[in-house]
Amino acid sequence: MKKYFAFLLSAVILMLASLSGCGYEYAELELRGTYDKSLEGTELTVYNWGEYLSLGEDGAIHVNKEFEKLTGIKVNYITFTSNETMYSQLKAGGTHYDIIIPSDYMIQQLINENMLQKIDMSKISNYDLIKDDYKKLYFDPNDEYSVPFNVGMVGVIYNKELTGGEIEHSWNVLWDEKFKDKVLNFDNPRDAFMTAQMILGQDLNTTDKADWDAAAELLKEGKSNLQAYVMDEIFNKMETGVAAIAPYYAGDYLTMKEVNPDLEFFYPDEGTNIFVDSICIPNNAENYDAALMYINFLLEPDIATANAEYLGYASPNTAVIENEDYAYYQNEILYPAEEDMPKVQYYHALDSETTKYYEDLWMEVKLY
Amino acid sequence: MKILSRIYIALIILFLYAPIAVMVLFSFNSSSSVWVFEGFSAKWYSELAMDDSMLTALRHTLIIAALSAVISTVLGTAAAVGISAMRNRIAKKLVMSVTQIPMMNADIVTGISLMLLFIFIGRLIGLREYLGFHTVLIAHITFNLPYVILSILPKLRQLDPHLSEAALDLGCTPLKAFFKVVVPSISTGIVTGFIMAFTLSLDDFVISQFTYGTYQTLPTFIYSMTKRSVKPDVYALSTIIFVTVFVLLILYNILQSKSEKKRTETKSY
Amino acid sequence: MNKKSFGDRLVAAPYLVWSAIFIIVPLLIMVYFALTDANGVFTLSNFSQIGRYKKAFGVSILYAAAATVITLLLSYPTAYFMTKLKVSSQRMLFMIVMIPMWMNFLIRTYSWVTILEDNGLINSFLRSIGLLELLNVDNLRLIRTPGAVILGMVYDFIPFMILPIYSVMSKIDKSLLEAAEDLGSDSLSKFRRVIFPLSQPGVISGITMVFVPSVSTFYISKMLGDKTTLIGDSIEFLFTALEPDYNVGSAISLLLMLMILVCMFIMNRFSDNEGGGVLM
Repeated sequence: MKKYFAFLLSAVILMLASLSGCGYEYAELELRGTYDKSLEGTELTVYNWGEYLSLGEDGAIHVNKEFEKLTGIKVNYITFTSNETMYSQLKAGGTHYDIIIPSDYMIQQLINENMLQKIDMSKISNYDLIKDDYKKLYFDPNDEYSVPFNVGMVGVIYNKELTGGEIEHSWNVLWDEKFKDKVLNFDNPRDAFMTAQMILGQDLNTTDKADWDAAAELLKEGKSNLQAYVMDEIFNKMETGVAAIAPYYAGDYLTMKEVNPDLEFFYPDEGTNIFVDSICIPNNAENYDAALMYINFLLEPDIATANAEYLGYASPNTAVIENEDYAYYQNEILYPAEEDMPKVQYYHALDSETTKYYEDLWMEVKLY
Repeated sequence: MKILSRIYIALIILFLYAPIAVMVLFSFNSSSSVWVFEGFSAKWYSELAMDDSMLTALRHTLIIAALSAVISTVLGTAAAVGISAMRNRIAKKLVMSVTQIPMMNADIVTGISLMLLFIFIGRLIGLREYLGFHTVLIAHITFNLPYVILSILPKLRQLDPHLSEAALDLGCTPLKAFFKVVVPSISTGIVTGFIMAFTLSLDDFVISQFTYGTYQTLPTFIYSMTKRSVKPDVYALSTIIFVTVFVLLILYNILQSKSEKKRTETKSY
Repeated sequence: MNKKSFGDRLVAAPYLVWSAIFIIVPLLIMVYFALTDANGVFTLSNFSQIGRYKKAFGVSILYAAAATVITLLLSYPTAYFMTKLKVSSQRMLFMIVMIPMWMNFLIRTYSWVTILEDNGLINSFLRSIGLLELLNVDNLRLIRTPGAVILGMVYDFIPFMILPIYSVMSKIDKSLLEAAEDLGSDSLSKFRRVIFPLSQPGVISGITMVFVPSVSTFYISKMLGDKTTLIGDSIEFLFTALEPDYNVGSAISLLLMLMILVCMFIMNRFSDNEGGGVLM
């Protein structure tokens, strides 16, 4: 019996070893920046969201492999599920990351807590490609700590077959009893509260407890209308037509639409949330120079385009936005024309008392 | 009766393998969805070879699962023998309750409290890097142990105590008596414990998440995809693992039953 | 003192040291959190907040208990029939039971969603044979029910019931069975008087390994359940929120542990009766 398992295991491990890393054909990149092998042999630990980087799928560019080939730096690529898990790990210490890609409000919090180091922008020669709209953002007013990686807005996805055609462009549809049991909402407090706050016309970053109470009341009221609170399940429910209406990130709508052509999308008239995920270097990074090189590399037109196409989220990089060969070139959902642009608000890092308060309310909604 | 029992077992196997069948099917999906099947394509299998970060994570998982299963089986077997030899009932109950704690605790609580412990120890000895391979391994051994112990204890209860005494009387050293008499009679328990430990370790994502540092395992890698969508390449990887293990299992059984036949023919009793 | 038994107890020493460091100390860390507030000052208020989780506690224990009973009912015959097979088939079946659990948990849960969903495999099948039309419904509501969550739990934990029972049954002394036959027992009473009582240690291990972890499980309910929040999901949120509440989270976990201990204690009381016909 023992021999048996040793045999099984070693066979599987062998099989894997033989599998890994073959089959990728390097692309011919046109590079703006200069990269050299001065840091060859060092390691760079990149900590990113899952499914957030083009890694050679469908003949696309494998960003990490190209970077390794160009610089000889080994990329140790690991992934996280949410800003919160990333934060708790960064805070715990005991390990180091050279690159992280959190969202706006999280960056603000990291800066407040002195957990990021300044990026030497003189080394980021491609920084001029970042669109002006995404420079000097509230969380990093002097552009010292972060370089925008992608941009997104939350909207409402609906299945026109199930709703019987066009529906009102409002968050109210989530509360509409016509669609009882066919409606989804976010399974995370900030986004779920946002849907209610927008209806109530609140500032998303309010610290007034009465505002949060009112939003929580509204969420409770809407709970009976919901089929479920979802994150990843939304792909199932919208693609297979089990649910009719759901709020989610615009880029992910495009992925779902490819599978289910009945899906439509709008930005509600009340306004919505906009987010930016930016590249940062944590305080405890150990390969700062390699990190700078990697950031510059991510901004390269070819690389940024590959990432934007893979991700389906909007890009803050003008080399991507203005590239006519880009798969989502002038896509009206990712890049609405000025007159179609919804009213948007960023999430800010709220003081810990307010955060605790609304997270507590969220628990109440979930247990209700 | 025999037919009924066969049908029953077949139904249980059907229940166990229905989701696996779905997984195999969707690994061949031509679109990037794991929910709507559009047509057959093997493309995700070729994509797989490309995804070296996923394969690295898989390698980490296999190493951790194998090591933690071996270590927890050794530790756990010794522990079970020791616990069953305890005469003080209260002490025994106490040890058993402690043993069950990692099972009773929500995984996330085990994960976080272990993480806090590692941080404390790490800072105490002044290390900069301490979350990683060692800490995941320790965490996995810790949550495997109760399963190993609980698999072996019932076998020890079945054990005839006179057996090892007889061995001692016949001049065996206690160690030899243990390996010659006790181990063979509890071996199914040991194997059960080992396999459970291996299985649990292979599939854990909650406890690993708080202890892996930069040594990411496959389940945590897959779980990190849940803000967006899991793609069929993950299904393809699982299908390859499944088919490999299954083919090896069948091969092994054929070989084994052949050699068994030979043995019974030559020994013939 | 008997030398042999002292040596036997000594072999547990490495484990005892291990459990002291990696089980007891983390437990003490939890107790510390449960009994202090965010500033580290002693308080009992964490426990007073638990009232709001009453329903989650109740539902979780109920689901776990139901899953345990169903798992036991399914597993016991499986293990028994397994022992009736050829030795090589037994070994094979043993692995066949375990291998599905080597596939990723997330994927297995996703697959159940695909099977049970309103437009899923079962409903599509029933629709194609015209049964749904006959019943005049769009679909059978399989998912988003307590039953689906319990099914998910049964599925994920069933090997942990089958294997220990099988492992114990497979070594029941053949001579005992023969003796029972010689004394004129029919197969039913042989089962009732010999096999069932002797398989009990395995059953208890199995119940522990199914019930205990399913009480605090999370994600299954999120994917397969209705909007009811289980205690495992609540604990998960408390620890991973932006402002995590380790204090209340630890208090809930401790209480949950206590409740499980009480359940297990009651069960052990029943099983300690020699012969113990009634288990549940």
